[in-house]
Amino acid sequence: MISELFTVTVLIGILSSGVRLATPYLYAAIGETFGQRSGVLNLGVEGQMLLGAFAAFYVAMNTGNLWLGVLAAMFVGALMGLAMAFVTVNLQAQQGISGIGFYLFGLGMSDLLFQKLMGTVHTVEGFPKIAIPILSKIPGLGEILFDQNILVYGAFLLVLLAGFVLNKTNLGLMIRSVGENPDAADSLGVSVARVRYFTIILGGTLSGVAGASLSIALLNVFQQNMTSGLGFIAVALVYFGAWRPLGVLGGALLFSLVNSLQLWIQVLGIPIPSEIAVMMPYVLTILVLVVTVSRVRSPSALTKPFGREE
Amino acid sequence: MKKIASMITLLMLVALAVSACGTPAQPTAAPVATEAPATEAPAAATEAPAATPFRVAVVMPSAINDLAFSQSMYDALIRVQTEMGGPDKFDFVYSDNMFVVDDAAAAIRDYASQGFDLIIAHGSQYGSSLQEIAPDFPKTSFAWGTTVDTFGEPNIFAYEAASQEGGYVNGVMAASLTKSDVIGVVGPIETGDAKLYVDGFKAGVAATNPNVTVNVNYIGSFSDVALASEAATTHISAGADVLTGTAQMVVGAIGKAKDSNVLWFGTQSNQTSLAPSIVVANQVYHWEGVLKQMISKIQAGTLGGESFTINLQNGGEVMEFNPDYAIPADVKALADTTIKGISDGTITITLP
Repeated sequence: MISELFTVTVLIGILSSGVRLATPYLYAAIGETFGQRSGVLNLGVEGQMLLGAFAAFYVAMNTGNLWLGVLAAMFVGALMGLAMAFVTVNLQAQQGISGIGFYLFGLGMSDLLFQKLMGTVHTVEGFPKIAIPILSKIPGLGEILFDQNILVYGAFLLVLLAGFVLNKTNLGLMIRSVGENPDAADSLGVSVARVRYFTIILGGTLSGVAGASLSIALLNVFQQNMTSGLGFIAVALVYFGAWRPLGVLGGALLFSLVNSLQLWIQVLGIPIPSEIAVMMPYVLTILVLVVTVSRVRSPSALTKPFGREE
Repeated sequence: MKKIASMITLLMLVALAVSACGTPAQPTAAPVATEAPATEAPAAATEAPAATPFRVAVVMPSAINDLAFSQSMYDALIRVQTEMGGPDKFDFVYSDNMFVVDDAAAAIRDYASQGFDLIIAHGSQYGSSLQEIAPDFPKTSFAWGTTVDTFGEPNIFAYEAASQEGGYVNGVMAASLTKSDVIGVVGPIETGDAKLYVDGFKAGVAATNPNVTVNVNYIGSFSDVALASEAATTHISAGADVLTGTAQMVVGAIGKAKDSNVLWFGTQSNQTSLAPSIVVANQVYHWEGVLKQMISKIQAGTLGGESFTINLQNGGEVMEFNPDYAIPADVKALADTTIKGISDGTITITLP
């Protein structure tokens, strides 16, 4: 039975499922990484994703234009980010609590809009798979990495881009300094408020795209609470990835691969109770967190509101 | 700044209220009852205006339009209302999306103190809450599904669906239609109604063609659409050309089935609208028979203590075929014989 896991079909199946499942986590967690590196914990990711998923679906369904759907998701996510930024930066509200508030708002609002505007579950034709010439012909790897839809490619490119911006650019330096020592950054003329506004709005925008990747690229349906905790896993992945985009990528892939592995374990009839199989990704995530978190330090100013002492 | 801060607090409260409307916000948030839409004005408003309507409140774990479990109850309530002569005769309110059991319990207690004639806890997870609440309101009738357990309380009715029956019929058809001899099942959690359906489905397949493999995948969630979708992809990669599944998260799996052009068998509600090209048939729950029996019992003074089961024989479960799918005549005939056999008892379903 176990040996069936190691056939080519199954391995390719596990890996390509893993890549797809990782996509929404990547958008949301990379967005969250920017926020946390600048010192703001946004627990509202799930709500931003839900509203993004709804906006993308609704616009795509009514206009037939998927890219307009993505834009709508980005816009809605950015608006949610703007509100979150106002509450945490200007009003210096407790970040965890206000994040939960935004989550609940997104959950309820997306549900309300769904009930009023759509009434029941519909489907759309989502982004098709695009096989990248030549690369998709590589045996195994081609099918896993280069025969996916455009938003999957986008997620992986985003990781590289985010790593570059955070580590190699002036903007990245400002973000990191604001997250580590806002007082010093402020005294050097960096506007803490402006940087945080930027990262939170960026995070919201990317969470919106994460939602869109579910509703119009991977699943092509919208249902109430369809993210079902994905946004919270994304926040956990930022810790898991030690606030580095590549670490986040590793965490997202690990979590998703174990999840697709457990799907296959059940399909192949390997005698592990489904309850145990379903637990696997979470147990593994906790284990890795325990091992890694002790070694890394979070941004010093994380969750601390910044105000000049005058 | 103070002013803005208090305004924001106010906004947050509004946000909480909005989210409480659609979904439970916090364990403490009061459930907001949504008034059911009136289907049609009663034809004869003049006759007996003095009689108060029979009032029902229902608490459901998912949305009334989930194309699955909750929708089956909502649709049944609407049908009963129409049949009894509109909201003047039969009035109902509901709280849907009550997936947090504490919220549901608060709602049930709230409805009970408002004096409804019948309060339906539509979800097996609400059982222990009901067991606690029902004795405090001995004059109110409660119903709990899906289960057969009334806790021995005189004011609790229990109801359940023999979902293995439609599962069996679906399994018979699936085994006849598969060409690859591999069938995939996407389930939520291995318990209750879902387990009954899946086991019945497997029995139907085995009885028709023992060479067919049925791969079952319980994804551990009633709401994770993404995982349900990926489970369907996994089944298709493993060679399945026919899929089925139960609970509200299967919409993700149906989408995948449609994209890959593999057949789908539905249960709980009619899911044809989601993918008219590939849905073959659905087992649909019609709770209205059970509801009407409860209502007449309550009106006669019996508030509970009995359990009801809907099945193919009593019309509580109906096999609804997709008119747009050209089902081969022999398969349809086999399905009809199976339905008849289960109804008259010549086919018995052995569950593991």
